[in-house]
Amino acid sequence: MTVVDQPAGARPHLLASPSGTGEVDPPPDRVLMKGNEAIAEAAVAAGCDAYFGYPITPQAELLEWMARRMPEEGRVFVQAESELAAINMALGASAAGARVLVSSSSPGISLMAEAMSYMAGSRLPVVLVNVMRGGPGLGSIGAAQGDYLQATKGHGHGDYKVPVLAPSSISEAIDLVRDSFILAERYRTPVILLADGILGQAMEPVAPTFQRLEKSTPDWILEGAAGRPPRVLKSLHLQPEALEEHDLALQAVYERIAANEQRWAGEQLDDAEIVLVAYGTAARVARTAVERARAEGMPAGLFRPITLWPYPAQALRDAARGARAVLAVEMSAGQMVEDVRLALEGAVPVYHHGRMGGMVPSPDGVVDAMRQAWAMSQESGR
Amino acid sequence: MTAAEPITEQEGRTIYRRPLLLSNPTTYCPGCGHGIVHRLLAEVLEELDLGAKTILVGSVGCSVFAYDFLALDSVESPHGRAAAVATGVKRYRPDKVVLTYQGDGDLAAIGTAEIVHAAARGERFTVIFVNNGIYGMTGGQMAPTTLAGQKTTSSPRGRDVQSQGYPLPVTEMLSLLPGVQYAARASVCDPGHVGKAKQAIKRAFEIQLEGKGFSIVEVLSTCPVGWGLTPSESMERLRDTVMTAYPVGTFVDRPRGIAPKLPQPGSPNRSITEGF
Ligand SMILES: Cc1ncc(C[n+]2csc(CCOP(=O)(O)OP(=O)(O)O)c2C)c(N)n1
Ligand code: SF4
Ligand SMILES: [Mg+2]
Repeated sequence: MTVVDQPAGARPHLLASPSGTGEVDPPPDRVLMKGNEAIAEAAVAAGCDAYFGYPITPQAELLEWMARRMPEEGRVFVQAESELAAINMALGASAAGARVLVSSSSPGISLMAEAMSYMAGSRLPVVLVNVMRGGPGLGSIGAAQGDYLQATKGHGHGDYKVPVLAPSSISEAIDLVRDSFILAERYRTPVILLADGILGQAMEPVAPTFQRLEKSTPDWILEGAAGRPPRVLKSLHLQPEALEEHDLALQAVYERIAANEQRWAGEQLDDAEIVLVAYGTAARVARTAVERARAEGMPAGLFRPITLWPYPAQALRDAARGARAVLAVEMSAGQMVEDVRLALEGAVPVYHHGRMGGMVPSPDGVVDAMRQAWAMSQESGR
Repeated sequence: MTAAEPITEQEGRTIYRRPLLLSNPTTYCPGCGHGIVHRLLAEVLEELDLGAKTILVGSVGCSVFAYDFLALDSVESPHGRAAAVATGVKRYRPDKVVLTYQGDGDLAAIGTAEIVHAAARGERFTVIFVNNGIYGMTGGQMAPTTLAGQKTTSSPRGRDVQSQGYPLPVTEMLSLLPGVQYAARASVCDPGHVGKAKQAIKRAFEIQLEGKGFSIVEVLSTCPVGWGLTPSESMERLRDTVMTAYPVGTFVDRPRGIAPKLPQPGSPNRSITEGF
């Protein structure tokens, strides 16, 4: 096991893969890692060529990790002058063929919306990590899920969507970093990894089996027009007919993503009469609530979407088929619950339990909400 | 040679050959300086034999279609962000030649932070900054570079410096930064100045090839449509009025020892503290 030299003040339990390999050899069973650092190291291991960022809590450790590791690997790291600059540096590096990671938290993500729209329009891959905090505005630095609609319904201007992956543990975040790069390159699209302040800041034991990812040289990257016609990467199509054609081509990509890339996980759903729907940190709370509810004799289960777009609607319909009530649990005023309602199309009554501003629902609070939802569904069923 | 001796076919020589990198005729308005700057750029890249390794970072303004006229690998940027986009390209591909082509609204208003910080970091790309003192593309509104008193569609009574501020001399400002290896201002007002503009552009690319740092050429240009003048009146105004407010010349050429005598961060400057 190699422990790479630590920056001043680094905690000794932190592991980094040795230079050049992206792997720890032999891997220990488990190491304790902070979410932000695990995400960063997973990106390094996956062959991220360039990272651009700007400090913001609760994501700053991700930038700091990259500030040390990327130069160690001879790769690109730039602390940009703003999130606007960071995402536009990503745009440039991606156009030149780099595998790029950018990270920020809610206010910085808002600043990146314009360039994300350009990148979607220009078909440029990038992975953008949002370690969500409370909003609106400067809000708080506590964990929240108030950027669900921003991530899944557009982010920037125009008719586009990006895949959104939501880990609910640090181990899962490590896997989803790699998967985000795969999706970004497979479909030539930006991808959002939607985490939250707790996932970013918490430490969990993880198996440090960071995976490498092969890389090909696509036929669209910019290298100088040597012996071939020039390539142009752009989103501008001034003629309405041409833009509509381009937009239709984008929509066709989104249809393929929607058909092939939905992911979810289910727990105790077989006999569930009340189904909780939650992602990220809220899903951790929901899991505990399901256990407590079962201990009380309430047949509860958990449906956990992993792709927030494309939303695993059919899977949710199947999971909720025998249910009397569905309860969405979120760290927001009720954002994902809109997709739950769209998925279920009135087949099952849908309720919502949420906390905001950096407050996290408690398992007991969720169990209370389940009891109420249960009671209300009994009434409405009569 | 006298008029009586016609040039034979053997003696004929090429007076002007269209640069190969100029792929299509431009669609700029008559008298617009963008077309001249495109040609200079194409000539310089061809003379330095860089066309096949150059990546053009476009911007948003009338030159947004530059990639339709220049046969170069190109990427579009959001309005103002070209210097950040170019940073990303050049950091990942330091072996390529990278340039941004930006108007004054793009570079000196919405993109001020990006250009200043790219210059401060000494990014090793070249900026072609076409300053026509106006927002050409959106219909001739005031830009940060618009001269005091100049009438535009958003300063209909002339730019009032008390409420609309003073013209921004970006290239002089950037020339103070140690990361800037080359900074010059040129003009396209007459053939003599066009020749000097070409020399400046060439020097900027040579600096990039040496890998030393940031290089920028501001080219004072015309917008007959936005200025409400004919093409020839525009060239006269450029020479007589604009070039008085924005002097042309080389502000910085560090490899040749040309740099403003100003305090650099960390070195105390007596002339400022003396007298207190
Ligand atoms: C975010 C954003 N704001 C505004 C615009 C509209 N816009 C397009 S070009 C332009 C100004 C261009 O002026 P300049 O850079 O001086 O170029 P010129 O047309 O004069 O060559 C503006 C404001 C835009 N495209 N994007
Ligand atoms: S509007 Fe002005 S800058 Fe734009 S093409 Fe016409 S003359 Fe040139
Ligand atoms: Mg202009």
